[in-house]
Amino acid sequence: MSELKPMSDNTPNSPERRRFIGTASAAAAGLVVAPGVMLVEVAHGRPEDQAASSAVRWGMLVDATKCATGCTDCVTACSTENGWTPVAESKHAKQAPQWIRKLELQDPLTQMETNLPMMCQHCAEPPCVDVCPTGASFKRADGIVLVNRHTCIGCRYCMMACPYKARSLVHESLNDTQKADVPRGIGCVESCTLCVQKVDRGDGNTACAEACTAAGHNALLFGDMNDPESEISKRLRELPTKQVRADLNLNLGVRYHGI
Amino acid sequence: MKRLLALGAVVLTTAALAWAGSDDQPKAGGAPKPVITKAVKGEQCVEPTDTMRRDHMKFLDHHRDKAVIEGVRSKKYSLKECINCHASETTGSVAASKDDFCVSCHSYAAVKIDCFDCHSTKPQGSAAMHPLNAETAHYKHKLAAQATSKVSAEEMARVAQ
Repeated sequence: MSELKPMSDNTPNSPERRRFIGTASAAAAGLVVAPGVMLVEVAHGRPEDQAASSAVRWGMLVDATKCATGCTDCVTACSTENGWTPVAESKHAKQAPQWIRKLELQDPLTQMETNLPMMCQHCAEPPCVDVCPTGASFKRADGIVLVNRHTCIGCRYCMMACPYKARSLVHESLNDTQKADVPRGIGCVESCTLCVQKVDRGDGNTACAEACTAAGHNALLFGDMNDPESEISKRLRELPTKQVRADLNLNLGVRYHGI
Repeated sequence: MKRLLALGAVVLTTAALAWAGSDDQPKAGGAPKPVITKAVKGEQCVEPTDTMRRDHMKFLDHHRDKAVIEGVRSKKYSLKECINCHASETTGSVAASKDDFCVSCHSYAAVKIDCFDCHSTKPQGSAAMHPLNAETAHYKHKLAAQATSKVSAEEMARVAQ
């Protein structure tokens, strides 16, 4: 591949320059459209030709005390964003993918009920990565645990190794029903990606957290756990939180309050 | 009566021969040549056409590893950008029918493409059409429409994005 030209170029029309001009003119447009109303959101994303950085660690705080009984908005939002068929609509429910699922727990002694969503916990020391024979299961620099489908052979060791049952295998051909942003296919293992396509786009939020906020529950908070000034870091400092199966010492990216 | 039958037979044979002669497809021409349709968008590909024909898979392979593993989402060699420009106007896809851009050459060369087992063959829909964004996108449109000052179509599109 040495003959390939480098990916970035510094010509006058380089992406950085274009983006800057775009942002500047968009901001100007926002000002004239309606004074006092900010139309243009501040972009949090890194430049598209820049690799994910370990200075960031994406994570999520789940407030189980706010998670509503019977509400599955996060699950629906995830399946809509990422294009997987929900279990209820699947022809083969036992084989249906589950990137995120709602759990309702009850304490057998006190009958206290707890609701929480369960998904890939984005461990800092992921067992799925340890066991993968091809290196397809990997942790990106910014802490997101992903499957590289180009090297996944569908052996499902990672599904066995995951303490959270977070991963699924795609059993049948998807017949071009995938989302353009979310490639997924037969014979590959998949799980929650923390909406990596949205993160890289600079949305700064996941589909599940957006849906939870839109429903008014505010039980899910996504953010950079390495940034002490981020909302999630502030909340993590204030609230007592737990890691599921903390005994495994995996240093999870998803923390729960109220369990 | 016999003569009438003979005449009928002659007429039928001539018609059959004429029909067979009108068939355009050569009988022994090998596999049909690939149909290469010009990209819907853009004038020039990211590299010269002959380089792309020979080496597109190298560019794609290199880019896919950078994109998946490192998170580099540059557009130049992205498969998504290929699809955005080369999707057929009729099927809206690069691999839905046998004349679509990717399939056309690949079936001629008998090289199986695995890309579309996982990747969508169609360009990405507008972000505003996403059910989760629909409401806010609509709101932004409304605000833009209420504006008294002149907003160009280009700016409108950017705001809607």
